[in-house]
Amino acid sequence: MPEVITWGDTIFAILTFAILLALLRKYAWGPVFNMMKEREEHIANEIETAEKNRQEAETYLEQQRQEVENARAEAREIVENSRKSGENQREDIVKQAHEEANRLKEDARLEIKREKDQAINEVRDQVATLSVLIASKVIDQQLDEQEQEQLIENYLKEVGEEL
Amino acid sequence: MDHGDPIYYELFGISWLHVNLSNIMMLTISAVIVFSLCYFSARKISMKPTGMQNVFEWLVDFIKGIINSTMDWKTGERFFGLGITIFLFILVANLIGIPFMIVSEPAHDVWWKSPTADPIITMTFAVMVIVLTHYYGMTMKGPKEYGKGFLRPKAFLLPLNIIEEFANTLTLGMRLFGNLYAKEILLALLAGAGGAWGLSTLFATAPMVAWQAFSIFLATIQAFIFLMLTMVYMAHKVSDDH
Repeated sequence: MPEVITWGDTIFAILTFAILLALLRKYAWGPVFNMMKEREEHIANEIETAEKNRQEAETYLEQQRQEVENARAEAREIVENSRKSGENQREDIVKQAHEEANRLKEDARLEIKREKDQAINEVRDQVATLSVLIASKVIDQQLDEQEQEQLIENYLKEVGEEL
Repeated sequence: MDHGDPIYYELFGISWLHVNLSNIMMLTISAVIVFSLCYFSARKISMKPTGMQNVFEWLVDFIKGIINSTMDWKTGERFFGLGITIFLFILVANLIGIPFMIVSEPAHDVWWKSPTADPIITMTFAVMVIVLTHYYGMTMKGPKEYGKGFLRPKAFLLPLNIIEEFANTLTLGMRLFGNLYAKEILLALLAGAGGAWGLSTLFATAPMVAWQAFSIFLATIQAFIFLMLTMVYMAHKVSDDH
């Protein structure tokens, strides 16, 4: 132990302390402190951004899901529609075909009837003409009954062949 | 064992200004070590901490934690520089005397030792801290509130409160000095025993190693206690919560 109080040490210690304090503030913990604060802010920002991104992504996902759902529903609708329209078309075609066939059949039937009527009329006309012709010939020739009969038969045969 | 001190009497011709050159040297060396360590730790700081920056940031958090445990951070932030300087300076000053001791011949003056093993240094720091607590108490709470602090919790405790301030100063400084002085004395004794050659070297080595290990622990714990008490006294003066 020194026998005197060394006041010089006191002054020097305080001076050293003050200088060290100032130097440390300027070169050591000051910058580190700032950096730590900056990092804190940075991390807070990052977390915030991440949170925001996550929410955005979730929204997008939800949107996409909705979209896919919509698309699926639409596709289903389209398929349904086309199936239905196909069905309708088929029915239409079949019905049309039926109608066409019926119409054709009817036409044919009418034609046949008309033809037949015409033929009968024609026959009737000819029979009349022939009858007149036969009658005039009978009158003309004055044949006996036997010949007359034969003649009629011949004419009838002729008519028959002509018809 | 009667080591002396390299005292330079009457500096600049001032009759009372004596200087212990050993203290001057060791304080300077301690301060330089502290500054170098901190400077090189904090030289290349980046957003992503690496190596020494991690250590330094851990230290910053450690000091921050101690301040936070005594007062709220809004009040305590301004004492961070004081805290970290006190802790590092005293820690290095404590540790610096452990590895060896340099004694000059033939004057037997101790040159290399812990500066904190000298009461004048520890008392200087203690008084400085207490004066700072009073200063901050006065500026942050106003002279009136500061004065009222001495009348709490009851007015008749005023003498005790005043005595407490001196007792705090004395215990703060003397605790550090006592521990470090004991450390130095025992180290010197063991070194002396080991230096006496023969069988004693063998016997002195083991306790020497043990005591050095304990000294490291002691030096750290004393620096921590000094810092802790500084912040406790500071909080006592500047906080409103009592």
